[in-house]
Amino acid sequence: MSFLTFAWDWLKSPQQWQGSDGIPIRILQHLYYSGLSLLIAALIAVPVGLLIGHHRRGGFVAVNVANIWRAIPTLGLLILVVVLLGLGVLAWLIPLVVLAIPPILVNTYEGVVGVDPELKDAARGMGMTGWQLLWKVEVPCAIPLIMLGLRTAAIFVVATATIAAEIGVGGLGRYIIDGLASNDYGEVAGGAAVIVVLALLIQALFTGLRRFVVPRGLRLQARSSR
Amino acid sequence: MQWSWIPQNWSIIWPYTLDNLLLGLVPPLIGLVISVPVGIACVAKRWLYPPLLSVTSALYALPSLALFVVLIDYTGLGNLTVIIPLTLFSLCVLLPNVVDGLRSVQEPVRQAATAMGFGQLRRLVQVELPLAVPVVIAGLRIAVVSSISLASLGQLIGVSSLGYFFIDGLQRDFPTEIYVGLALTLLLALLCDVILVAARTVLTPWARGRAIAPSPLAPGPPLAIGPP
Repeated sequence: MSFLTFAWDWLKSPQQWQGSDGIPIRILQHLYYSGLSLLIAALIAVPVGLLIGHHRRGGFVAVNVANIWRAIPTLGLLILVVVLLGLGVLAWLIPLVVLAIPPILVNTYEGVVGVDPELKDAARGMGMTGWQLLWKVEVPCAIPLIMLGLRTAAIFVVATATIAAEIGVGGLGRYIIDGLASNDYGEVAGGAAVIVVLALLIQALFTGLRRFVVPRGLRLQARSSR
Repeated sequence: MQWSWIPQNWSIIWPYTLDNLLLGLVPPLIGLVISVPVGIACVAKRWLYPPLLSVTSALYALPSLALFVVLIDYTGLGNLTVIIPLTLFSLCVLLPNVVDGLRSVQEPVRQAATAMGFGQLRRLVQVELPLAVPVVIAGLRIAVVSSISLASLGQLIGVSSLGYFFIDGLQRDFPTEIYVGLALTLLLALLCDVILVAARTVLTPWARGRAIAPSPLAPGPPLAIGPP
């Protein structure tokens, strides 16, 4: 298990835990890149997904476009933005937002489209307007899938923010890229280990968050149908 | 954009494209070969599925670059170092789809098959698996497209793929090369996606010619959307 020994030797040295290129600062940078990208992607993809799902128009196109959209290689887009626009916030922001959009969009759409038609009929029968139907029925019912989309997107973004180091910004990817460049396998292994742990923590966080935001009615229903 | 660069460098573009295609197709295929029997086992033995699902969704969270790095130590700087992580990701996408696909077969259909004298194995091969095809292909589309896209990361550890044009383009500050890499990645993905949709149409003749006939490019069953 030489990977683990290398990683452990690198991690336990105190100098990795302090200073401007120490692990705590790198983790904060990593979370900043990921968090901002996820937020912007959600602000774009959730409303679009709700709109397409609510009006039941353009779903086909959206789902197929989202599938091909996944093919955009983040590394390529990242480098293209740097070569065209230079280094800056946009250099890492654009590729990470692009990466996070498809899972959020597809899940939001599927969530809204999948709402039981009888439920919608009942809501309309009670005199709800389209807007009320969206906010009071469709969105709450779609929350589990929307959360799943956000979680998938968060995992993608945290995992991929690693690559941003290739263009010279901070974050945990620095350890891997710098370590590979200077043949310091300990640094590479230690960096990889920290990223893996962070990714698993983020996943656990979103799984936990789900419990808080899924409406009580849906949770009860899920339990009784088991 | 310097168009003349493309024909001049055709002799390097072609091999990198083929390598990328290989890295994009082999992992989903291995993933399929593993996930079908495992999926069948999960449907037969219900208790098996929840723990496996937690494992696969945890695996899905691992950054591919970090996995490459972990594997370098064991498999060196070869194709295998890229193929193993991409296979794991494909597996994470495919397993839930195989299980959902098999579970989506309705009980009356199953009973009809049994009533016609089908044994368990024959029912599985001739009824349940074919009916699961659309859902499995939905997963395969995601696995193939993602693998084609992720393969470019292999170049960071020196495994040849279209990622070569990104890194070389960055070092030479030459956008044309990056455009070519991006366009070829998207083209490969689109090509494979169209082939998979065509395969779904061929493999599910009963879905054609219905009142609401799904167009060949219709989304079909919900595209799996990440680890549940």
